[in-house]
Amino acid sequence: MLTLLLILLPIAAGVITLLAGERMAKQLALVGGLASLGVAIFTWLQFDPAAGSQFGFKYAWVASGGISFAAGIDGISLLLVLLTTFLTPLIILSAFKNEYKNPAAFYSLILFMEAALIGVFTATDAFLFYLFFEAALIPVYFLAAIWGGENRIKVTFKFFIYTIFGSLFMFVALVYLYYQTPGTHTSEIAAFYQLQLSSTAQGYVFWAFFIAFAIKMPLFPFHTWQPDTYTESPTAATMLLSGIMLKMGVYGLIRLLLPIVPLGMEQWGFLAMILSVIGIIYGSIIAIQQSDMKTLIAYSSFAHVGLMAAGVFSSSLNGLQGALIQMLAHGINVIGLFFIVDIIYSRTKTRYLDQLGGITQSTPHLSVYFMILLLGSVALPLTNGFVGEFLLLSSVFQYKGWLGAVAGLTIILGSVYMLRLFQKSMFGPKSKWVEGFQDLTASERAVLLPLVIMVFWIGIYPSTFLKITEPAVNQLLQLVNN
Amino acid sequence: MYPIILLSVFGVLTLFLGFSKSKNILLPSTLLFLALALGSNFIDWGKGPFLYFDDMLRVDNLTLAFNGIVLLSAFMIVAISGGFQDNADSEPAEYYGLMLFSLVGAIMMIGFDHLIMLFIGVEILSVAMYVLTGSNKRNLRSNEAALKYLLMGAFATGFMLFGMTLLYGATGSFNLVDIQGFASNMPAASQSYIFYAGLLLLLIGMLFKVSAAPFHFWTPDVYEGAPTIFTTFMSTVVKTAGFAALFRLLNHTFAIYGFWWIVIAAIAVLTLLVGNIGATSQNSFKRMLAYSGISHAGYLLIALTALSKPTQNAIIFYSLAYSLSTISAFGVLMLVSKEKSIEGQPNERYEAFNGLAKQNPLLAFVLAVSMLSLAGIPLTAGFWGKFFIFTSAAERGIIWITVIAVLMSTIGIYYYFRVIISSYFKEGDTVRIRVAPFYQIILVLATFLTILFGLAPGIFEKLI
Repeated sequence: MLTLLLILLPIAAGVITLLAGERMAKQLALVGGLASLGVAIFTWLQFDPAAGSQFGFKYAWVASGGISFAAGIDGISLLLVLLTTFLTPLIILSAFKNEYKNPAAFYSLILFMEAALIGVFTATDAFLFYLFFEAALIPVYFLAAIWGGENRIKVTFKFFIYTIFGSLFMFVALVYLYYQTPGTHTSEIAAFYQLQLSSTAQGYVFWAFFIAFAIKMPLFPFHTWQPDTYTESPTAATMLLSGIMLKMGVYGLIRLLLPIVPLGMEQWGFLAMILSVIGIIYGSIIAIQQSDMKTLIAYSSFAHVGLMAAGVFSSSLNGLQGALIQMLAHGINVIGLFFIVDIIYSRTKTRYLDQLGGITQSTPHLSVYFMILLLGSVALPLTNGFVGEFLLLSSVFQYKGWLGAVAGLTIILGSVYMLRLFQKSMFGPKSKWVEGFQDLTASERAVLLPLVIMVFWIGIYPSTFLKITEPAVNQLLQLVNN
Repeated sequence: MYPIILLSVFGVLTLFLGFSKSKNILLPSTLLFLALALGSNFIDWGKGPFLYFDDMLRVDNLTLAFNGIVLLSAFMIVAISGGFQDNADSEPAEYYGLMLFSLVGAIMMIGFDHLIMLFIGVEILSVAMYVLTGSNKRNLRSNEAALKYLLMGAFATGFMLFGMTLLYGATGSFNLVDIQGFASNMPAASQSYIFYAGLLLLLIGMLFKVSAAPFHFWTPDVYEGAPTIFTTFMSTVVKTAGFAALFRLLNHTFAIYGFWWIVIAAIAVLTLLVGNIGATSQNSFKRMLAYSGISHAGYLLIALTALSKPTQNAIIFYSLAYSLSTISAFGVLMLVSKEKSIEGQPNERYEAFNGLAKQNPLLAFVLAVSMLSLAGIPLTAGFWGKFFIFTSAAERGIIWITVIAVLMSTIGIYYYFRVIISSYFKEGDTVRIRVAPFYQIILVLATFLTILFGLAPGIFEKLI
């Protein structure tokens, strides 16, 4: 029942926020977000990693069709639920400094988004998964298209159609799988694991899933919607997209693609791996040349998610564990970085690197926070990025040595674009745009401090989180290898 | 059976009420009549099947469900018709009378067990619609639409009659049960050719009525030219009744599934292509809805192509979901186009919706939900409609057609979202649009049902 509470709580908070009106919207939304976090932490304390899916519920939905409203939490789900509930209050808090028109709608959409994301991460019925997968798109589409930048309408429309296009293929695949289940048919994901499909059928299903998730993450060459959407969206929406929504794609690979079509993986996994590795290098090289800070981070995110996907496609323990811990780390880092960009933008009204410079001189706090998050993203040892990146790269090495070597370039390229970002914006002579730049306010520090704590926590003692997921990942790999 | 009697009597009664000076009584009385018909429809629920008129008309839960959808749609449409008070030329009594009569035709089409009954039903429905299409007498477009609809409709009726004759020639009976018997032990070639030809001609006539490609050419012009309220009626009631009749016909000739499935499949794909691609290039919201109506006929045809176990529920659910969304879309269109009218002509272009979210948040929300449902986005009834259609195709093992349908759904999102973009993200003028309370209740009801069925399709499942 805890799972149901986790899904319903943000919805309830969203509705209350919407009804309460403009003045109390911020505070109510924050309370709602924190309450969800509380429930998630409570779930974590109750959680037994070895016990498989827990706290579940199941209601008949389309009873005659064996479709049920069913969700539960295993290790993989828990990690992502924790990530979602941890980041959402921070995203809400980070929006406090901006004045949005119609704030009640703004904050309630964030909470609806949270509910849909938790739904995706916990659903144990394939159609429920699909439902949340699509439903998550609607709040973020409205967030981006109402409160976004100049080109928002065009850009977000492309994003919306592109991602729906992908997930419709998944939908066809799910309907197909549903009809392969024995008896009166069921759409439980666990039942899909037991299907014995021919290898041709698995090939088709593989591509249907791959396109859906590759567009969502996005992987090369399905990424063209991403940089524009990240750049044009209001920062809160960008954070939701990059911090959490992108993980839906990786989660889908782990939860559906790997265990349902192992033979499909055998046939096409290598190609998928190559595409992921191309994405890593391609994203990094483009990131190096960007002058808009937001676009730069968008491309860096594109590169990072390529590595996560490569880890998943290696279908090894290291790869999956690495991808999971990296999802956590990447969510934390990228949200921190986008927030810092937003702070800089709100004071200087520019995001262009060549117009910035010399911010460090007046901002000791900002510089330190920025540096730590940046080093986390570059994967310096003792920061959160290192653990994931190390595991992921080692898994790619085991898969194919030369691919590992190519993917390993991400470490070098990553530090190039990240350090360039820092150097051009923070160091150097003070530009006219940064005159009178104020250091962080208390509420901004309240967002960044928890993020930085997590950077070190995961960096120094990752076992806290690896422990949660390990039994679930092992179980999954057993399915794959049988 | 009860609704047929009641509606015939009420139709005549409505014409007499038209003699009274006060036209104000017509709207409430028609609503009352429809409510009574809707209620009486469910008296037989669960008791059937009954056969009436020498086995020519069948009443069972399936036909009652379709009747329910048709009558509910008609009720909602009449409720938002506003009594036709704004036009001095209008003859509300005739309009309402014709609508009631046409419903009798629709119910006959839904329950036919005999080809003569089908023909009578189709004609009652169509003739009423020809008149209503041209009811805006001083408007050239309306006249053109009526003429076009009449000529093309008459042509299609000709095909239908010819087909029925051939079927009679082959089987010696108009009765569906006999036809089914004939189809299951198909005799030697000479007789069966006549049967096949008859069935094809009959199908062409029916496909015309549900505006499937390549028999769709009348649809955009007629939908656009007709007064919006009757366009709504056409695109919901006529379409639902048409598909109910098609389902019946194909169901009874299932024995020769191998013969007609590829024909229906080809028409389904063509209809999807024409509807969806045609809709993208429209500047008028109303005309877009006409093309969208064609594309939805395509989705329904997919269910017919498969004709598997889930098909029946799929068609019922889809018709209901489609009718609810279409009524709310046209309902909002009527208000907005009148408010933004240019030189006395209603403005039906997309631009008319700019800034609707500020002018009237409720209307914008109703419109958004109906567009999401038509586009088949989850959490709306439209999603489950598509879901059941796709599952019925998958049950039969025709996956390729669902892939095409999915591609077409993506195109659908493009044109359905244009109006959401206009109303939410674009700036318009700041006039506030007023809505009569009753009108508002109907729109909210349609939206509520769309979301309710989207969240819990199981509720509906228990009903059938």
